[in-house]
Amino acid sequence: MSGYEARFRVWRGDQGGGALEDFAVEVNEGEVVLDIIHRLQATQAPDLAVRWNCKAGKCGSCSAEINGRPRLMCMTRMSVFTREETVTVTPLRAFPVVRDLVTDVGFNYAKAREVPAFVPPAGVGPGEYRMTQEDVDRSQEFRKCIECFLCQDTCHVVRDHEENKPAFAGPRFLMRVAELDMHPLDAAAGTGLDRARAAQDEHGLGYCNITKCCTEVCPEGIRITDNALIPLKERAVDRKYDPLVWLGSKIRRRRES
Amino acid sequence: MATGTEPAPADARPPGAGVHSPARAAIAAPHLRTDRWWLAPALTAAGLLAFIAYSTWRAFAGADYYAAPYVSPFYSPCLAENCAPMRSGPNWELFGGWWGLSPALLILIFPLGFRLTCYYYRKAYYRGFWASPPACAVAEPHKRYTGETRFPLILQNVHRYFFYAALLVAGVLTYDTVLAFRDEHYAWGHMGLGTLVFLVNIALIWAYTLSCHSCRHIVGGKLKHFSRHPVRYRLWQWAGKLNARHMQLAWASLVSVALADFYVYLVASGAFDDPTLF
Amino acid sequence: MSVVERQEWDVVVVGAGGAGLRAAIEARERGARTAVICKSLFGKAHTVMAEGGIAAAMGNANERDDWTVHFRDTLRGGKFLNQWRMAELHAKEAPDRVWELETWGALFDRTKDGRISQRNFGGHEYPRLAHVGDRTGLELIRTLQQRIVALQQEDHRRTGAYESRLKVFQECTVTRVLKDGSRVCGVFAYERESGRFFVLEAPAVVIATGGIGKSFKVTSNSWEYTGDGHALALLAGAPLLNMEFVQFHPTGMVWPPSVKGILVTESVRGDGGVLRNSDGERFMFDYVPDVFKEKYAESEAEADRWYDDPDRNRRPPELLPRDEVARAINSEVKAGRGSPHGGVFLDVSTRMPAETVKRRLPSMYHQFKELADVDITAEAMEVGPTCHYVMGGVAVDSDTAAARGVPGLYAAGEVAGGMHGSNRLGGNSLSDLLVFGRRAGWHAAEYALGGERPRVAEEDVGSAAAEALRPFSAEAGAGAGAGAAGAADRAGGPPENPYALHQELQQTMNDLVGIIRREAEMEQALEKLAELRVRARRAGVEGHRQFNPGWHLALDLRNMLLVSECVARAALERTESRGGHTREDHAAMDRRWRNVNLLCRLTDPTDGLAATDPVRGQITLDRETTDPVRPDLLALFEQEELAKYLADEELYR
Repeated sequence: MSGYEARFRVWRGDQGGGALEDFAVEVNEGEVVLDIIHRLQATQAPDLAVRWNCKAGKCGSCSAEINGRPRLMCMTRMSVFTREETVTVTPLRAFPVVRDLVTDVGFNYAKAREVPAFVPPAGVGPGEYRMTQEDVDRSQEFRKCIECFLCQDTCHVVRDHEENKPAFAGPRFLMRVAELDMHPLDAAAGTGLDRARAAQDEHGLGYCNITKCCTEVCPEGIRITDNALIPLKERAVDRKYDPLVWLGSKIRRRRES
Repeated sequence: MATGTEPAPADARPPGAGVHSPARAAIAAPHLRTDRWWLAPALTAAGLLAFIAYSTWRAFAGADYYAAPYVSPFYSPCLAENCAPMRSGPNWELFGGWWGLSPALLILIFPLGFRLTCYYYRKAYYRGFWASPPACAVAEPHKRYTGETRFPLILQNVHRYFFYAALLVAGVLTYDTVLAFRDEHYAWGHMGLGTLVFLVNIALIWAYTLSCHSCRHIVGGKLKHFSRHPVRYRLWQWAGKLNARHMQLAWASLVSVALADFYVYLVASGAFDDPTLF
Repeated sequence: MSVVERQEWDVVVVGAGGAGLRAAIEARERGARTAVICKSLFGKAHTVMAEGGIAAAMGNANERDDWTVHFRDTLRGGKFLNQWRMAELHAKEAPDRVWELETWGALFDRTKDGRISQRNFGGHEYPRLAHVGDRTGLELIRTLQQRIVALQQEDHRRTGAYESRLKVFQECTVTRVLKDGSRVCGVFAYERESGRFFVLEAPAVVIATGGIGKSFKVTSNSWEYTGDGHALALLAGAPLLNMEFVQFHPTGMVWPPSVKGILVTESVRGDGGVLRNSDGERFMFDYVPDVFKEKYAESEAEADRWYDDPDRNRRPPELLPRDEVARAINSEVKAGRGSPHGGVFLDVSTRMPAETVKRRLPSMYHQFKELADVDITAEAMEVGPTCHYVMGGVAVDSDTAAARGVPGLYAAGEVAGGMHGSNRLGGNSLSDLLVFGRRAGWHAAEYALGGERPRVAEEDVGSAAAEALRPFSAEAGAGAGAGAAGAADRAGGPPENPYALHQELQQTMNDLVGIIRREAEMEQALEKLAELRVRARRAGVEGHRQFNPGWHLALDLRNMLLVSECVARAALERTESRGGHTREDHAAMDRRWRNVNLLCRLTDPTDGLAATDPVRGQITLDRETTDPVRPDLLALFEQEELAKYLADEELYR
C-alpha cells in the first residue's frame, strides 16, 4: 500500500470563535490520526495546537473527537477510514476550548479533589499490607484508567447540561469512588466516611442513567458501567433505599455491641 | 514586548446550552457523527414497541392462554377466579372472584417491573425512547436533565425487589415447564414441541434473571473481601460471566417469552396442533 | 517589557514524573511550600510508559534476595561506573519506597500469600520487580498524583485552599533557573496555554525533567524528553556527568513507521519471550560476553528450565542487560538475518497459551493489536533497538541529590547522573525515581527552610523573557524593532522551520552518535550540531503565544542542541566500549576508564549561545577520577569478578 492524499477538516479557533478548516494532507501506511495532525503542524499549520504525549495510548493526552466520536488520536488508525472519506477532527465538546484541539480539562482535576483519598488502615505498617489477588482485581481494573477524560467528555449528563457540572463527578471519578470502596484495605468507614452514600449524596451518582457511553469510548476497555457504576449504585441502594439491608445492619450492630 | 504575540481577547457569543455553551468550541452541528448512530436506538425502540404492542394485546385478551398442558408465561401464576382451569397448574385463586379483568394483569407487573427497572433496559429505553442520549456524543433534545436523582426515576433503585419477585416467577415458570412433560390428558412422560419451546424459554429466563446486576451484587458484589468468602466469590464470578451477556440475554428472553406465549395462543386457539414428540 | 508575575515558594520542582512528584510530596511533608511545574497535564508524565516494574529487594519471591544482591546486580549492570554510594542507598531504600506506595493506595499484583508479587527482569539475579501487569509506571504516577491530591485535601481542611502549600503548575515550561550570585533563587517559566511568563521565586529548585530521547530519531521517549533539565542545570553552571551513556532499549517496535521506537516491555522476555533471527535461531546464545559467561544458560533446554526452576538452572541469555541485547540485535540485522522491517523476531506466541499472554502482557497485546494490527498471541513481534534512557545527567551528591557547585539546585530521576553507571538495569529507574526523588525533596526542603531567601533580579527576568521571545522576532521583517540581537540573528539567512531543524537533529544523532559509534562520525556530528546551532537562532514561528507548538519546539531546540553536544563530545572522548557507549574503533571495555568520569560544563557561562565554532562549541569536557569504592562494598564481590572490571592499582590498594 502506498501513500495517498486524505481530506481533513480540523477545528481551529479559540473561545472567541472558530471554524472547521479544510486540509489536503499526505497519509502513509500504518499511520494514525495523530501522525496526520503532526504532519499538518510540520508542513501547513505550524501553530496548530494539539495536546499529546506518549503516542502509544498510555498517557491519555491526545483526546479529541474524530468524525464526531470521542477518541484518542494516537489510537485511531487511518486504515479505519476510506480514502474518499473526509476525516473531521474537533476538540472535546464537553469542556471549554483553549485553542484548536486543546481544551481546558480543569473540571476533571477539580472533581478529582472532591473524592476523599485512600485511608490507610490503622496499625498496619508499610510492608505489612496483605491483600489477595482476588481482592485487588476489581480495583485494579479501574486503576488501568489513563485519565484521557473521554468518558467525562461523552457523558451526556455534563456534555449536554453544563449546569450539572457542579453536582456530577462524572464516570471517571465515580469509578474512583468505586475503586476505593472496593479497596480491600481502605479504612474510610472507620473515619465515618461512607463512600457509597457519598457517591449518591455528594458525587451525583443518581445523575447517571447508565446509558453506557463511558464504557463505549473507554480506550482501555474498562467496563465502567457494569463493573464500577452499577455496583456503586447497588451499594448506594444498600445504604439508602433498601429497608431490609438497613434493618439487617441495625440488628447486626445491636448484636455486636 | 513583541507585537502580535499576546492572546486575542475573547468576544461575546450568544450563549447556548450543552455543546453550544459559550466557552466550548464553536461548532454549529449538534454532533458530527458520520456513522449510522441512529440505527441502534431505532432498532431498540422498534423491538421494544413491537413487544409492548404484542404483550398489551395478549395481556388484555384474557383468552387462549391455556392449552393443556401448556400455560402461557404471561398468565402464570394465574391468581384470580376467572382463570382457566389447569390441573395441578399454577392457578391459585388468591384474588377471588372480584377481579374481573384479565388475570395476566395481576402477575405481569412483576416481570414487567423487573425488566422496566433492569439496568440494561433502562439504557435501552433512555436511549431509544427518551433520546437521553440518543447515541454517544449525539446531543440530547432535553433542556433539563436530573437523571435518576428524583421522583419518579429514583424508584429505579427498587430493582432488587423486582429481582426477588422475578426469582419467584421464574420458579413458577420452571414448574410450568415441568408440567409440560405431560400430554393434553395430563399423562406424565410426554413431550411435545411446546415442551421444547418452554425449555428454551425457561433456560433463557433463568439466565437473564441470574445475570441481573442486582443479583451479582447480592451474591457477592457487595463484599469487600472475596478471599474470606470463597463460595460467594465463585457465585459472583458466575453471575459476572452471565452479566457480561446481560443485553443479549435480555433480548433473547424477551423474544422467547413472547414466542412461548404465542405458541400457547396458536395451540389454544386451534390454529396449530402441538406435534407430540413422544 | 510588561511586568512578569512573581510568586514566592520554598521549593520549586521542575517536572512531574515519578521523581518530581516524590520530591514534591517529601518537601511538602517536611513543611516546605512546594510548587511543581510540568510541561504536560498533571498525571501524564513519561513515567506512565514504564511497564515492567519497580526493582526492590523485598525478597517476596525469593527470600535470598536482599540489598547486597541488588547492589551487586546494579554495579554489574552499570559496569562498575556507578556512583557506588547512590547504588548502595538505592538498593537499601527501594523496598521502603515501594511499601510506602501501598500506604498511599497503590495496588500491586499479589503473591499467593498476599504480599507484593515480584517478576524477573534482565540483569536481576532474583525476581525483584514489583509490578502491576505491564502498566507499573501508570500505577506509580497515579499513586503519587493521588497522594498529592490527598495532601492538598489536608491543606484544604486546614487552610481553606487546596493549593496553599502544594501547587501543580501544569502545562508550563521552565526556560531558565535564575540565580542570585552563586545561589539558586527561582525559575523563569511560561504557561503553554496562554504564553504568559511568570517567575517562581524559591531558594531551592529540584530538577526532575527526565531524559533526552527526543534528540534521537528512533526513540521510546515522548515529546517532553528534550533534555530541559540537563540544559537548565548546565546553564545554571552545574556540570553534567558521563553524558556519553545512552541506553538503547533492545526491543522497540519497528513497524509501522509512525510508531517506530515505541517500547516493547522487557517483561515480554522476563515472562518467557525469546528472540529469533530470520533463520529461526535463538541467537542470544552467541552473544553472552565473558564477564557474564557463568551466569547465563548455554543451551535452550537449560534456559527453558530456568523459568520453572531458577535455583538449579541458569537464566536465558535474552535476559542479559539491555546494552548487550541491543548490540546483539544490531549485529544480527547487520549480518542480514533481520526481520522484513529491519528488526528481529520476539516471540511469545509459541511459548505460552494465548490467554496467559493476554493476562500477563495486556497492554503489549493491546499495543500491537491497535497500532500494528499484529496479534502477539498468534505471531511474533518485530523489534529493534530504540533510544530509551540516558544514564548520564546532572552530577549530584549521592546522599542529598544536590547538584555540584550550585547551592539550592537539586536533581533526581533520569536527569541526575551517576546512579546507573554506564548502563541501567530494567526496573531500576522507577526505584531510582522514588529513592532519590524523596532525597532531593527532603534536602531541598531542609536547605530552603534553613537560610535567608535570595532575591531575583529584574534584569535576569528581562533577559530570560527576551530569550523566550526570540523565535517571534526571527520571523518579523528587517527593522521591525525586535532589537539588535534579532537583527544579528537574521543576518545569516532566511528563517528556519523548527520542525525541520528538529528532524535534522534527530537524524544526525541517530546516524552519527547512535548505538554503534565511530570517531569520524562523531566529529561530523559535532560539525553538524554547530551548523544547526547557527540555524536554530533563526528558528522562526508564526502566530501568537497562545498554545503555539511551533514556538514551544523552537525553545526546546536550545536544550536539545546543548545536550546533544554533550553526548557527542563525551562519546568522542571516551575511547572504550562500556554499557551504553559502544565504539567500533575501541570495541573493548578498558579497565583504565573504570574510574574516569567525564564532566560537561558550559564553555561560556555568561552566554554561551553565540558559540558557533564546531571545534570549540558550547561545551567543555573535564576528566575526573572517581572516589574508590568503599572496601565493605567491594567485599560483596568475588575477587575474580572484580579483576574483570577494576584496574590493578584499584584492586591491590
